[in-house]
Amino acid sequence: MNRIALILTAAAYLLSFGCYMRFLNTGRELIGRLGTLFLALGLVAHYFALLERSRGLHTVPYHDLYGSMSLFGWLLALTYLGLELYHRQRSVGAFVLPFILVFFLAAHLAPADRLPQPDLRGAVFAFHVTLSILAYAAFALSFVLSLIFLGEERLLRKHELGNMVWRLPPLELLERMSQSSVLVGLVSIAIGTALGFVSVDRLMGQYWFYDPKYVVTLFVLLLYALYFRLARTATWRGARASKLCIFNFVVVVLSFTVVNLYLSHSHRYF
Amino acid sequence: MEIVLVGLNHRTAPVEVREKVSFNEEQARRAADELRSRGILEETLVLSTCNRSEVYGVPPESSHECAPGLSSFLSQFHAVRPEMLSGSLYHHYDREAVRHLFRVSAGLDSMLLGEAEILGQVREAYRFAHEQGATGPVLNRMFQGALEVGKRVRTETDLGTRPMSVASAGVKLAERIFGKLEERSVLVLGAGAISEQVVSQLRVRGIANLFLMNRSCDRAEELARQYGGKVVGWGEWDTALRAPDVVVSSVAAEEPILGLEVVERAMAARKNRALFLMDLGMPRNIDASVAKLYNVYVYDMDDLSDIVQQNRQARESEIPRAESIVEAHVGKFLSWQASVELVSLVDELRARVQEERNAFVKARMESMAHLSEPDRLRMESLMDELLEKLLLEPAQKLRGEKELRRKIQNVEALRDLFLSKRDKP
Repeated sequence: MNRIALILTAAAYLLSFGCYMRFLNTGRELIGRLGTLFLALGLVAHYFALLERSRGLHTVPYHDLYGSMSLFGWLLALTYLGLELYHRQRSVGAFVLPFILVFFLAAHLAPADRLPQPDLRGAVFAFHVTLSILAYAAFALSFVLSLIFLGEERLLRKHELGNMVWRLPPLELLERMSQSSVLVGLVSIAIGTALGFVSVDRLMGQYWFYDPKYVVTLFVLLLYALYFRLARTATWRGARASKLCIFNFVVVVLSFTVVNLYLSHSHRYF
Repeated sequence: MEIVLVGLNHRTAPVEVREKVSFNEEQARRAADELRSRGILEETLVLSTCNRSEVYGVPPESSHECAPGLSSFLSQFHAVRPEMLSGSLYHHYDREAVRHLFRVSAGLDSMLLGEAEILGQVREAYRFAHEQGATGPVLNRMFQGALEVGKRVRTETDLGTRPMSVASAGVKLAERIFGKLEERSVLVLGAGAISEQVVSQLRVRGIANLFLMNRSCDRAEELARQYGGKVVGWGEWDTALRAPDVVVSSVAAEEPILGLEVVERAMAARKNRALFLMDLGMPRNIDASVAKLYNVYVYDMDDLSDIVQQNRQARESEIPRAESIVEAHVGKFLSWQASVELVSLVDELRARVQEERNAFVKARMESMAHLSEPDRLRMESLMDELLEKLLLEPAQKLRGEKELRRKIQNVEALRDLFLSKRDKP
């Protein structure tokens, strides 16, 4: 069952990527819709792959690199699909799907290095992990959108339109999409972090103990709140806000890699 | 069930001829009524735009025989000498008439390749003719096919997506920055023909506010009245540049009228809100250094002309794809036409055979008086069975024929062999 779900997921994501690329190239509406359909199918198949794994663990799969990367890919796809439907804009799909595919495929190449933390189970902790990873997925999406914004803005300023610019979303829409994505991330990370404190309280009888991950997460929250505030002011609107968004995501990546692997003892994979 | 088309367009007739032969709504209705009441056409549709006047129809006789009558009807209807029209009119029949309409609908036959308006005009002409009952099954099917072709070409190819004039390229670029222009404000500097073109395009896109600034207030006020804008006093840059998202400039001036300092000051007052400057003046109205400012996008006439040139090439490269859509739908229509014709042909053959059989039975049975009534009925029934079998076999073979051209040829051959001229529709 798991193998079938994995093959179906990879096939659906690949087909979706192909359709989105073709849509970007030709602008054919039908191809774009097919891209969305395959993405939705990929999400369903990916969900069953995660479900299979969750049944074995009796919780959300976050105990190993596979689980957290795969969950990240799934939530990235889910956030993107929501954003695409909300803003009715498919041109971004061709840029987001490679990230989803990479995370999904890399999850299967990663070693099954499970963390021995049997105490950290239960709904509150599961929500803490899921919401935190959802926030990172939403931030990743805003990072991709900001990169597209900067690229398109550069082409427009240099008058090098080519075929691409006519197909990409308007600059202001890209900004709005990025802000929507950051808003999803901010809400998720705020609730996720609060639930994390509740979990720690249940486990250790205290809300707080020192972990560099806490500091970095609060810093990330602050940076994105700042972006959200500044991106709506006229002075920062445009390329400056997009650059700030890219910088913020670099901090997220550092938090995900350096902080998780070398500094934090309780947040290895999320 | 033949189709005829007689018309003229921008390629075959100069504007003086086109304007004489154009139809307004009332004329189109009257022409369609007359063509049908005089028995020239059974179904008819008049398509009249600024670049073409065409009459599509289904004649009661052969389409080739009907065409001269249709040409003379056009010259009589518009009171134009026949010699004036003879060199300009084109005639297309059946497959070619269908292909022509589908190409028109796709924008392949337009003066501006791939223009979008023609599809709306075809739709409107069809709706009008359909409502007055001038169309029938053939033209209904043909025009529905044409609308489908137009829609497919516009969604599946790039033939109509790229702007082809400097004004529309500028407006499209503004949409690349701001998205929909419905809530945007525009300032137009100068009130010449090119400004008017841009203003009309912007109005179509539903811009919220239009400001006009011109050295001569009279002309600016005229444009403001026409397009619903407000006139701003010449040179009041600090107030004029604060609100608009797009500035279109086409002023005859030796020196740039918008320098770096003016725009810098305006951007500070606007808190760096994005500003798109479309410089259509020659010499340029906007200083080149303005383009360096944050969130300011400047496009001059050369930039926009380059875009138009690139787009023209891009559109032309889409022609083969659009033509293949047209051909696919022409085939689809002809296939439908052939199957309909086959059904009507079989019905006609059956009626003809029935007629012959009745005459035959009447003549022969008189000399066979010794037969009882049940025997007579039995013989007649056997004869019916035989005739039905003879008819059914070729009909089924024809229906099963995969190749369209062969199918049509066979239908024609069957008609020629078994139906005399008077029987032909």
